[in-house]
Amino acid sequence: MSHIVVVAEVRGGKLKRPSLESITAAQQLAVKTGGQVIAIVCGAGLDAAAAELAANGASKVVAIDGPSFANYSGDAWAKAITAQVQESGAAAVLMAHTGMGKDLLPRVAALLDTGAITDVIAVSCEGGKFGATKPVYAGKAAMKVTATRQPFVATLRPNNFAAASGGGGGATTRVAAPAGDFLSLVKEIVTAASDKTPLQEAKVVVAGGRGLKEPQHFKLIEELAAAFGPGVAAVGASRAVVDAGWRPHGEQVGQTGKVVSPPLYIAIGISGAIQHIAGMRTARTIVAINKDPEAPIFKIADYGIVGDAFEVVPALTKAIAAVVAHK
Amino acid sequence: MDIVVCIKRVPATDAAIKIAADGKSIETAGVSYELNAYDEFALEQALRIKEQLGAGSVTVVTLGPKEAQKELRDALARGADKAVLLVTDKWVYDTYSASATLANWLKSVPCTLVLCGRQAVDADNNQFAPALAARLGFGCVTEVSKLTLADATFTAERDIEGAREVVVCKAPAVLSCNKGLNEPRYANLKGIMAAKKKPYEEVAAQVIAPAMAIESLTLPPARAAGRIVGNGADAVPALITALRQEAKAL
Repeated sequence: MSHIVVVAEVRGGKLKRPSLESITAAQQLAVKTGGQVIAIVCGAGLDAAAAELAANGASKVVAIDGPSFANYSGDAWAKAITAQVQESGAAAVLMAHTGMGKDLLPRVAALLDTGAITDVIAVSCEGGKFGATKPVYAGKAAMKVTATRQPFVATLRPNNFAAASGGGGGATTRVAAPAGDFLSLVKEIVTAASDKTPLQEAKVVVAGGRGLKEPQHFKLIEELAAAFGPGVAAVGASRAVVDAGWRPHGEQVGQTGKVVSPPLYIAIGISGAIQHIAGMRTARTIVAINKDPEAPIFKIADYGIVGDAFEVVPALTKAIAAVVAHK
Repeated sequence: MDIVVCIKRVPATDAAIKIAADGKSIETAGVSYELNAYDEFALEQALRIKEQLGAGSVTVVTLGPKEAQKELRDALARGADKAVLLVTDKWVYDTYSASATLANWLKSVPCTLVLCGRQAVDADNNQFAPALAARLGFGCVTEVSKLTLADATFTAERDIEGAREVVVCKAPAVLSCNKGLNEPRYANLKGIMAAKKKPYEEVAAQVIAPAMAIESLTLPPARAAGRIVGNGADAVPALITALRQEAKAL
């Protein structure tokens, strides 16, 4: 009877949705080990988050709560979580592969003198052996591994497991957050001023490349993205235009940028270098618009238009706006 | 400030990946290798911090094959003071192994700051910095895209989902560097000549065994062939129809 720990994430008093996805993965493992799902959460003022975890799959919640944990500290939180994992005797520890998860969980793993498997898309437990599958080479390949040390620690790629809903109903144990001299501490969180849709959460990604010739021509890309309506589409960019300083790195799609998997990806003036394709090949539908009929992007696109972006994109923007208006 | 930059030699980002006969590794024939793209920012930041302080040292280290000498020599030519190659023939795919091995080595050298790339673009683990920091008892900030140093305290900025975190971290520290942190310099002829006289060391790595075993490496399923719907703006209606009726994407 080995328990599975989920480290949940709370920001601004609210439980982050990927934490419930981690519970789903934990439930898959708990069925195999015969254990329970224990959620551990750190912060200040965790009542609501603890209740939400207990109502959605956690058999037990450990809330490490107190003013000293109001802001994230990787070293302090890792220490506090490690102590709770050890006390629970858990066989596995899971957390979402978010900005916090990838900073925090490897630290917990090291304190437990075990390994972490990161950005995991599938977990397993066969004959007492934990396994995981993760993309490598930016998704050009998938690696299946089995853990050779205990406990099994993994961060899970968001939007890959369904969010747990209902069940659990466990009690919350409150642990006072320790005061102390932390090595690192978040001083402030600056929320992006714009209402831009985050690239990795967008339903549609409209990406532009060198074929746009000049940075100001990205206006065409922005207009097409806007035509899908508010909160639907995000602007992406190829490595070439990011390296050229046309667009910020946050918009880069590809091996040294973000890996995106939206329902619709529209590549405009992007030739389709291997490292770009690695970042968007799992999109459900891919549209490519390029002047060069031999561009490699057409090999992976579901639909292509051979043509000048300056003619095709404004026409497409108009057509999309008309479709959206009639919805 | 004594700075150690941990780098990795990885397949070039434009390399096509093929699976080797063992089903657990990649076919290396025809693959060119390069310095991991994110490590460029780590090395550059180390050089800038040394320049800012007007004192200290920059040592660049890797755990990798003999061939990684090329990347280390390049780092020396860009301005690092010393290079160390911990030689291993095996692919370092596991951070438990890498961080434990490097932590053991780091305890033998003077070091108040470790810099590395946010992830090596082969195994894409993105966890070396916090794992190493925990082993050394250092503070840590990951995916740093802006950094200032004053009074032995770092103020680092990192992007998180829909926001930006500002983190203060005391030295000694491990920081992982993201693209956008700086604009890396390249080696010039003077640097290349100077590099020849700089200390370069190769030692057999005392590799700590990995915490995971590779069962298989597979390629993602190929996408079904698509089609060109037409040429120029005239093709837009056909595209809209296909997106609505076939792909159900609109």
